[in-house]
Amino acid sequence: MESRRVPRTVSDPKVRQVGFFAPPDRSLSGPPDPTSSSPPLSNISPSGNSLSPVMIPPPRHLSTDLPRHLPHPQPPLSPLRAPRANDTSIPVGSYNPSEFSTPSGIADFSEDQLSPRWGRKSSSGKFATSLPSGGFGMAAAKKISDANSKPGVADGGADTEVQKEKATAAGKPLKEKTTKAERRAMQEAQRAAKAATKGEGNKTALVNSANAVKSVKPAPQKKDNSSVAASERKSGDRQTDKDRKKDVPHPRMQFDDENRVEKAKKRSVVKQAEARNRVELFRHLPQYEHGARLTDLESKFFQLGPVHPAVYKVGFRYLTGDISGGNARCIAMLQAFQESIKDYSTPPEKTLIRDLTSKINCYVSFLIECRPLSISMGNAIRFLKRRITSLPLNLSESEAITSLVSDIDRFINEKIILADNVIVKHAVTKIRDGDVLLTYASSSAVEMLLLHAHELGKRFRVVIVDSRPKLEGKMLLRRLVGKGISCTYTHINAVSYVMHEVTRVFLGASSVLANGTVYSRVGTACVAMVAHQFRVPVLICCEAYKFHERVQLDSICCNELGDAEMVSRVTGREDINSLDGWTSSENLQPLNLLYDATPSDYVSMIITDYGMIPPTSVPVIVREYGREYLLI
Amino acid sequence: MWYRSASFILDKQEQQRNAAAESRPLSPASTAMAESPSANVSMYYQTRAAHHGVVSSDWLAQAQAAVAGNSDDAAAESNDSGGEEIGKRFSVVDEFNNWRKQPDLAEAVAAIRALASVIRSSQAKTMMELEIELKKASDSLKSWDTTSISLTAGCDLFMRYVTRTSALDREDFGSAKSRLLERAEKFGEISYKARRIIAMLSQDFIFDGCTILVHGFSRVVLEALRTAVENKKLFRVLCTEGRPDRSGLRVSNELAKLDIPVKLLIDSAVAYSMDEVDMVFVGADGVVESGGIINMMGTYQIALVAKAMNKPMYVAAESYKFARLYPLDQKDMVPALRPIDFGVPIPSQVEVETSARDYTPPQYLTLLFTDLGVLSPSVVSDELIQLYL
Repeated sequence: MESRRVPRTVSDPKVRQVGFFAPPDRSLSGPPDPTSSSPPLSNISPSGNSLSPVMIPPPRHLSTDLPRHLPHPQPPLSPLRAPRANDTSIPVGSYNPSEFSTPSGIADFSEDQLSPRWGRKSSSGKFATSLPSGGFGMAAAKKISDANSKPGVADGGADTEVQKEKATAAGKPLKEKTTKAERRAMQEAQRAAKAATKGEGNKTALVNSANAVKSVKPAPQKKDNSSVAASERKSGDRQTDKDRKKDVPHPRMQFDDENRVEKAKKRSVVKQAEARNRVELFRHLPQYEHGARLTDLESKFFQLGPVHPAVYKVGFRYLTGDISGGNARCIAMLQAFQESIKDYSTPPEKTLIRDLTSKINCYVSFLIECRPLSISMGNAIRFLKRRITSLPLNLSESEAITSLVSDIDRFINEKIILADNVIVKHAVTKIRDGDVLLTYASSSAVEMLLLHAHELGKRFRVVIVDSRPKLEGKMLLRRLVGKGISCTYTHINAVSYVMHEVTRVFLGASSVLANGTVYSRVGTACVAMVAHQFRVPVLICCEAYKFHERVQLDSICCNELGDAEMVSRVTGREDINSLDGWTSSENLQPLNLLYDATPSDYVSMIITDYGMIPPTSVPVIVREYGREYLLI
Repeated sequence: MWYRSASFILDKQEQQRNAAAESRPLSPASTAMAESPSANVSMYYQTRAAHHGVVSSDWLAQAQAAVAGNSDDAAAESNDSGGEEIGKRFSVVDEFNNWRKQPDLAEAVAAIRALASVIRSSQAKTMMELEIELKKASDSLKSWDTTSISLTAGCDLFMRYVTRTSALDREDFGSAKSRLLERAEKFGEISYKARRIIAMLSQDFIFDGCTILVHGFSRVVLEALRTAVENKKLFRVLCTEGRPDRSGLRVSNELAKLDIPVKLLIDSAVAYSMDEVDMVFVGADGVVESGGIINMMGTYQIALVAKAMNKPMYVAAESYKFARLYPLDQKDMVPALRPIDFGVPIPSQVEVETSARDYTPPQYLTLLFTDLGVLSPSVVSDELIQLYL
């Protein structure tokens, strides 16, 4: 691949094959044989690309194999196979023959492009079925057009495919190991560098050491990436010291973009090791090994200059899972920001607005590293930034600070606490005597509602449905039983058994999206679907500040991955250990999703602080009141 | 018919006795309305029965006089205790009743007109006082019949529409008041003309040779069909009998007068005839926030059959019927009961389902014809949000 080609439109994800594919078989030698259209599956090397250390070997359907993993219809090209087979270079020419010995990410890319080495020119087949970003698609499309128009020009190498195969076959296993290893090595080097410099000049040192690392390793780093990255670093160096933390990583950054991940890692305060055995479909979501982060953060407590201790504490508590639940996290974050604003003083020769904004950005990026932001937190941060930027310029510093502090107080009070009261007031009218209410996991709004209804003297009973690994329902159960409400507790596998006697289902939400989709704890969609089937009304209790104008069609493109270890371990049951050692098994990829999306068809009504609305009216609320709450 | 159903008369007398016997915790003026709110029979249906029942006008006059007599006595008592407040409240209901006597006028429109007249005749000196007065008048009208959704919705909407104006910020009370009055009159006009607008909007949907199924006696639907005849369209109508108040018979009467070929069905024959129907056309007692409608008992059934057989269902409803209710199922509403006469005596231990209306969820409705335009059911909530919040 030309190094000019900006790696942001990345090489690797184009070769990403999602799901059960036959990876291209590299060990096949011999001339490209257009007739034998399917690579033998027996010797599939475990990594199809640099991103995935593990690939599930597909079942052996020889004849249908290649067409299967190329969602783009290939038949039109097959007549071209024969003539093209002996054509110049790999048409999707990112492969530079001179790079034999230094397998790079490009090589990786072209390797996989080799599966159309039978002559298929289009790299369209390499579109993963769930490409997360359109940028990839565009780049790939560009490649196709390039490939189709200039077969040999791509990287100026007119090689036989045999050579390439050999080279890539040789390069690949090396590549796979070095990728992880080199990443770890880089991290070690960074840690060492940081320890060496100790404090001031940290960032420069880090960056420099990163550069050093990059130049030292012969080319385990992808060549184009490294070169571009190096140049980026150089230009970045100039602004690094002051503004490094200014660039907040996009909250929904796609984590399969290697280059961006590297960049983010440079910037990150929390060093985290990527988890192993990641599921292919969710490569775009961050997943780290949970154990290491805690101790790492603890040790860095006194070195985290830019991060205010209150924010640090909150981030810490996010990491450990002490604070969970949309409202709790949002309130904790806002209170931490409040503390930091109270302690804030404008540095000389800087304006309060800009400096404070950059500080908030810095805190936010730290919090993202501890745990990805929830949508409610995102909205709250937007509000805070709006308030900061709309501060009148003639305010003195102390006035500005008090105004911001009181704004935050008002937000918390109006949008969360009072909103919950209003929601409970509306929802309580929907509970009648003799009702059997079902709820899932633990939602603060639903809990308040049930307690209030009980106080009003309504007679009802509650069925709490819970699920592993979080088992949040247990806390709710304890609190309800403590107040004297009669409860039933069950796990989600029994929900269809229990649903026939339920009269209403009350669920909470992390957010409600513009098309009425409810984004909530994983398992909510299941409960809502079963309730819909039994014609039980499903009522969602959600404050209006959690609404978002985004639209999500499935639970995959935007989600959060939890600790995979929790899936394999059952607390308190040491005898259930069949999944122990999952990290060493290449075929096993545990998945711990935290959220899912419930379609609006399953939702009967959404109860917000603006009243009871049908799910189709969410965009109306966002439109009418989105601006209002931002400006308060 | 009305005079034939002994139970109806007996029930009414019984209520009056009950009402008189009950110790009303409210002020004496409320006894003036003793005949109106009743647990057993919804006043709404009493009114309609009075309008459309075969009732001689002099009987009506006598009944009115009798009622007025009661209320006069009560008023005499109340005038001692109450002040001008009660007098005003009394006059609202009076005004309302005056308006209501016209059979063609919708109840909610009558209420709106009555409330407008409250503003006109108010002697308040400040905006706050005027608003309080309006609120009291509106409450009293609503309590006149707690089961009528359109009445409640109309009053609420009136209050929101009228008071939601920047005119209230003006210091000059006189100009603010006149602005309020202006809006009130405008709202009254809109509501009054709503039927015409709906009738015109629905013309596009009635095509030559179509067969329309009609349920319940809705003056809006009749207006629409009348307009269609004026536009020289040829169509025929199937109308359900509409027990227990036999609304279908009245509808068929009216349609026959317009020379529209009409066929009467018993309620159970709807599914049987749904094949030959092109569209279902009903009115609504109230339109709820989810986009569903509350209408005469039997509407839900017809909607289910129409959906199963892929026939469109159109609802003609004025915009003042949009209510801030959100029923989750059939039992989630304020019950409105009416006695049903089976023609033979029923043993006492047999229970009778006397509910007079049901709720049709929005997924069975195709379109709503309102004076705001032809809407899909999900727009109702949008309108309500914009108006209320």
